[in-house]
Amino acid sequence: MTLENNDLKRMASQVRRDIVRMVYECQSGHPGGSLGCADYLVALYFKIMKHDPSFNMDGIGEDLFFLSNGHISPVFYSVLARSGYYDIEELKTFRKLNSRLQGHPTTHEGLPGIRIASGSLGQGMSVAIGAALAKKLNKDQGIVYTLHGDGELQEGQNWEAAMFAPFNKVDNLICVVDVNGQQIDGPTDKVLGLLDLHQKFTAFGWEVLHMDGNQMDEVVKTLELAKSKTGQGKCIMILMKTEMGAGVDFMEGSHKWHGVAPNKEQLADALGQLEETYGDY
Amino acid sequence: MKKYTYTESKDTRSGFGAGLLEAGKKNDQVVALCADLIGSLKMQEFIKAFPERFTQMGIAEANMMGVAAGMTIGGKIPFTGTFANFSTGRVYDQIRQSIAYSNKNVKICASHAGLTLGEDGATHQILEDIGMMKMLPGMTVINPCDYNQTKAATEAIAEFEGPVYLRFGRPVVPVFTDPDQKFEIGKAWMVNEGKDVSIFATGHLVWEAILAGEKLAEEGIDVEIINIHTIKPLDEEAVLKSAKKTGCVVTCEEHNRYGGLGESIAQLLSTNTPTPMEFVAVDDSFGESGTPAELMKKYGLDSSNIVAAVKKVMKRK
Repeated sequence: MTLENNDLKRMASQVRRDIVRMVYECQSGHPGGSLGCADYLVALYFKIMKHDPSFNMDGIGEDLFFLSNGHISPVFYSVLARSGYYDIEELKTFRKLNSRLQGHPTTHEGLPGIRIASGSLGQGMSVAIGAALAKKLNKDQGIVYTLHGDGELQEGQNWEAAMFAPFNKVDNLICVVDVNGQQIDGPTDKVLGLLDLHQKFTAFGWEVLHMDGNQMDEVVKTLELAKSKTGQGKCIMILMKTEMGAGVDFMEGSHKWHGVAPNKEQLADALGQLEETYGDY
Repeated sequence: MKKYTYTESKDTRSGFGAGLLEAGKKNDQVVALCADLIGSLKMQEFIKAFPERFTQMGIAEANMMGVAAGMTIGGKIPFTGTFANFSTGRVYDQIRQSIAYSNKNVKICASHAGLTLGEDGATHQILEDIGMMKMLPGMTVINPCDYNQTKAATEAIAEFEGPVYLRFGRPVVPVFTDPDQKFEIGKAWMVNEGKDVSIFATGHLVWEAILAGEKLAEEGIDVEIINIHTIKPLDEEAVLKSAKKTGCVVTCEEHNRYGGLGESIAQLLSTNTPTPMEFVAVDDSFGESGTPAELMKKYGLDSSNIVAAVKKVMKRK
């Protein structure tokens, strides 16, 4: 299913409803980052990526997406279900016993759309690079997309990967960092400052783009620009500014909603702010 | 005691290099990655034959494990190469999440395992790797004993679907197994049939077990020697059958006594047929600098230690 920009916005609203309902039902999970990244994932799966919801692990001929910050699984699960990888009713099982929708995404339960486990942070960029290298060996034109948290960049493995990819001209790779400035213990500036990410990635050899990750038109435009820059010997890094908790006013801009579920009143408040557009599960 | 002879000594890592080249010839999905140790891992021939299927990772093992996991998505069969220490402890979480839990078809190939790495000392002499790797659900753990077996094992794991830890070493050791052997993952190899004691040995200790068996034969002790090259999955049938026959067991490995082959066999026997056991292994310690032979002697891993262990365990029958 491919959507135009207005419908992408409507889909993002539905995905945000899914996120808060999923997290409310199991009273655990990470709503803040999930809400912030809803627009990006909706744009990827409903417009930008060439992908097949009948799902094959190798994804030959397809574009691939890797979620490195696995704790924002609610947005990933919702977008995969809404794209047709599995029934939206399965979202009810999130974080419950015997579910394929584990707290953090995994291939272990055979959930279609998941190609690697993530949760222990900092590993996704390496995996994405590997998948991109395999595509090159297979002469496959597909592009590999990623998402990383900004706090996650404190993990050293990212910088091993960030050094490797441009040196090896992995130019079928578009990495995206969710720059929401928040992590569990507080603002990234207070916990362990990331300083100038643009300069850092530029120095590592990446072509760095910026976008407001909560403006759908800008997200689509920037991703299309990034796509046009692939295949030219450069790795693309998009620093995506988002608001943690975007779309739910009382969750916005605070690390306090990184890993906390809303209560019943807060759920009602949140759902009142998010239009039901494609039908709740 | 069956007579084992050898005409040459070679390092098991060269067996890996030769096996990797053969695996690469047989299957064009085989790719190799190395973290700045091409010469040590003997990957030159593979690289010469298939330059486009080799990736130099630099000194960045965590990234190497992740990249290898990613390359399986698209059908590649990645073989990673570095020292055993940097193949396991340094990257345990990457292996756990991106390879084992994700069930990726990565072959983690680890050289310079154990004390016989020698002069570099304890920072590089990992003695805990078998334990770490065997604890991961779904991980196959293989520790071959000589050049020919390592070569055969390398070719076999390329044809096997699933994550594998392949452990081998640095020094030259006698080449005594069949160059044309068929390596069966999970199938123990009967080195010598005997009736008085079962010696289960892995890796470099298999040759030491043969030397011990020869000495013991002179004293009239008839040892059964079984090579457990695959520590996980363990050939339970072979172990139980032998232990029931002889009534006492010695395990031999170049590893900490905790977490290794001996521990796996102890668990199997204690829950099936409790049998007196002795463990020839490093006694919960780090290694140190020295020649391989000096270290094997000091840390109790040479044939004389196996002889002593056999005599001790036979008294406990």
